[in-house]
Amino acid sequence: MTLHGADVIRFSIGSLRGFPSRTVLMLVAMAIGVCSVVVLTSLGEGARRYVTGEFASLGTNLIIVFPGRSETAGINPTTMMGETPRDLTLDDARSLLRSYNVLRIAPINVGSADVSWKGRSRDVVILGSSHELLGIRHWEMGQGRFLPQADLDLATPVAVIGSKIRNELFGAKRALGEWIRIGDRRFRIIGIMGSEGRSIGVDVQETVIIPVASAQQMFNTSSLFRLLVEAKSRDAIETVKAFVIDTLQERHQGEKDVTVITQDAVLETFDRILGTLTYAVGGIAAISLAVAGILIMNVMLVAVSQRTAEIGLLKALGASPRQIIILILTEAMILSALGAFTGLLLGQLGSLIVRHTFPVLPAYAPAWASVAALVVALITGLLFSLMPARRAAQLDPVLALSRR
Amino acid sequence: MIELVNIHRNFQVGDQTVHALDDVTLNIDAGEYVSIMGPSGSGKSTLLNLLGLLDQPSSGTYRLNGQDVTSLGNLRQAQVRNREIGFVFQMFHLIPRLTAAENVELPLLLAGLEPEQRHPRVARALDELHLTDRSHHKPEQLSGGQRQRVAIARATVTKPNVLLADEPTGNLDHKSGQDVIHILEELNDRGITLIVVTHDPEIGRRAQRQLHMMDGRLVDGQGTG
Ligand SMILES: Nc1ncnc2c1ncn2[C@@H]1O[C@H](COP(=O)(O)OP(=O)(O)OP(=O)(O)O)[C@@H](O)[C@H]1O
Ligand SMILES: [Mg+2]
Repeated sequence: MTLHGADVIRFSIGSLRGFPSRTVLMLVAMAIGVCSVVVLTSLGEGARRYVTGEFASLGTNLIIVFPGRSETAGINPTTMMGETPRDLTLDDARSLLRSYNVLRIAPINVGSADVSWKGRSRDVVILGSSHELLGIRHWEMGQGRFLPQADLDLATPVAVIGSKIRNELFGAKRALGEWIRIGDRRFRIIGIMGSEGRSIGVDVQETVIIPVASAQQMFNTSSLFRLLVEAKSRDAIETVKAFVIDTLQERHQGEKDVTVITQDAVLETFDRILGTLTYAVGGIAAISLAVAGILIMNVMLVAVSQRTAEIGLLKALGASPRQIIILILTEAMILSALGAFTGLLLGQLGSLIVRHTFPVLPAYAPAWASVAALVVALITGLLFSLMPARRAAQLDPVLALSRR
Repeated sequence: MIELVNIHRNFQVGDQTVHALDDVTLNIDAGEYVSIMGPSGSGKSTLLNLLGLLDQPSSGTYRLNGQDVTSLGNLRQAQVRNREIGFVFQMFHLIPRLTAAENVELPLLLAGLEPEQRHPRVARALDELHLTDRSHHKPEQLSGGQRQRVAIARATVTKPNVLLADEPTGNLDHKSGQDVIHILEELNDRGITLIVVTHDPEIGRRAQRQLHMMDGRLVDGQGTG
């Protein structure tokens, strides 16, 4: 007395087609549930990828050093004595190159100055740095070369300009090799940045980059704004961080007067927050699956009472309670599966639309979300149709058949 | 073949107990043709449902082919229904979305037979009832008489020993009713045990053995005749 799988499925599909409105209702409920899980998690995942991507574009395996302590704790010995934090100098920067684990460093100074060429001028952010900055930041050159590899103390009068600056000052004319005036000094343009080069905070297209020593002279400072240190590998980051702190403390007469943050720490925090967010919205969307489950239960209960006579007949023809349960459950499972797959397709379509509308957002639903949505849909479909199925199996065939 | 001993079937309606069957003792031999008559509410259908294992007695023993079937579990009872017993109802009870052939196939499907084994048997059953050209029609496309013939084909496709018919002509015109009775009698001629519940004395008289019921009891002495 074992039913054949193919027979069960054919019979169930037949009865589903016999009640199209009920079938469509349940399909839609399941599809909406699964679809919302897919779309919402793809939004969350998109946000996570966008933010982490932006951070990663700042550089990889990066350790950022800046002068002053980050603690906001109001009173410490230095503030008591009215001392200002010690400068972060080029010598400090050079001292870090001693470590085997440090791949390269780039000191950074920032200021703003008037940049002019043949009467045209504008106020521009000036970035003082070194040859290594290009590699650390993964920037691309548009034309010419970046700052030359030279001693950090060498104030060579050369400049690399952003493409926007180039357009504003030179228009269609050739900029490479021209001399421009920055503040009261003259610099020769040796390179123009490529259009790829956006990263948080700084739009390279609107900056002019000069050797760090030139910037320090121009802004009359011996301190650095930032010091970027790139570790040899991801594993070396913590070692380098400790090395940086120790070395600078030693050089600053035992004062811990710099702040060192790692790219990864920031990245991981964002990654974690947005990952959690994705789980959360996925979970909230999964509630709609539970709602779909309750709907399935009600609709299946109605279906069972609509088909009382049929179920009674099956019993009279020799169907065992188990066979009745199998038939009803199969029906519910086919519905859930069809609904879930429809929802999956709709969800993929939805995230495709999101990606089209917001191209910066890589809104791809994570695989776990799709799988989980499918599994949850099937399980709720199964659980919520158990009760109606059992009710059908317990129907009294005499009463079922005598109803007219 | 069928032995009912002191069968009672009580229904509780509110605080009142209805004795639908009141101490029924009945023996029916294999191959017999039995009609059951009696006024409405006398317990005819209840008796037939009990014989078909669709219902359980409140007390008493029912032996089918020497086996006590009242104590069987759900699954075994379903198997007995499937193999030993065929039902024909007044309301036909065909599944409207299935074709005639698919309706006839159902008991074999529930028995777990392979499609290759089912199809020739379905074809033969339909052929015996002259329904071959109607096998792909839905019930709504068939006349009442044709529907009842499909139902008979369904009841006999498993080759049961017992055929139970509860007012099989109740929803048919005179001519179709006659046809159906003749078909049932033909099946009986070929060996099936036929038990027909009817209100129509003309039909009831045709049976070799006629049982009369009154208030849940068989009229005296008929049970073990
Ligand atoms: N499920 C039930 N609950 C309560 N009472 C019932 C039930 N089924 C049958 N009865 C009662 O049992 C008695 C016998 O019913 P049954 O259906 O066997 O009569 P019948 O002889 O088939 O009548 P009819 O000729 O009208 O079909 C009736 O009084 C009926 O009301
Ligand atoms: Mg009756």
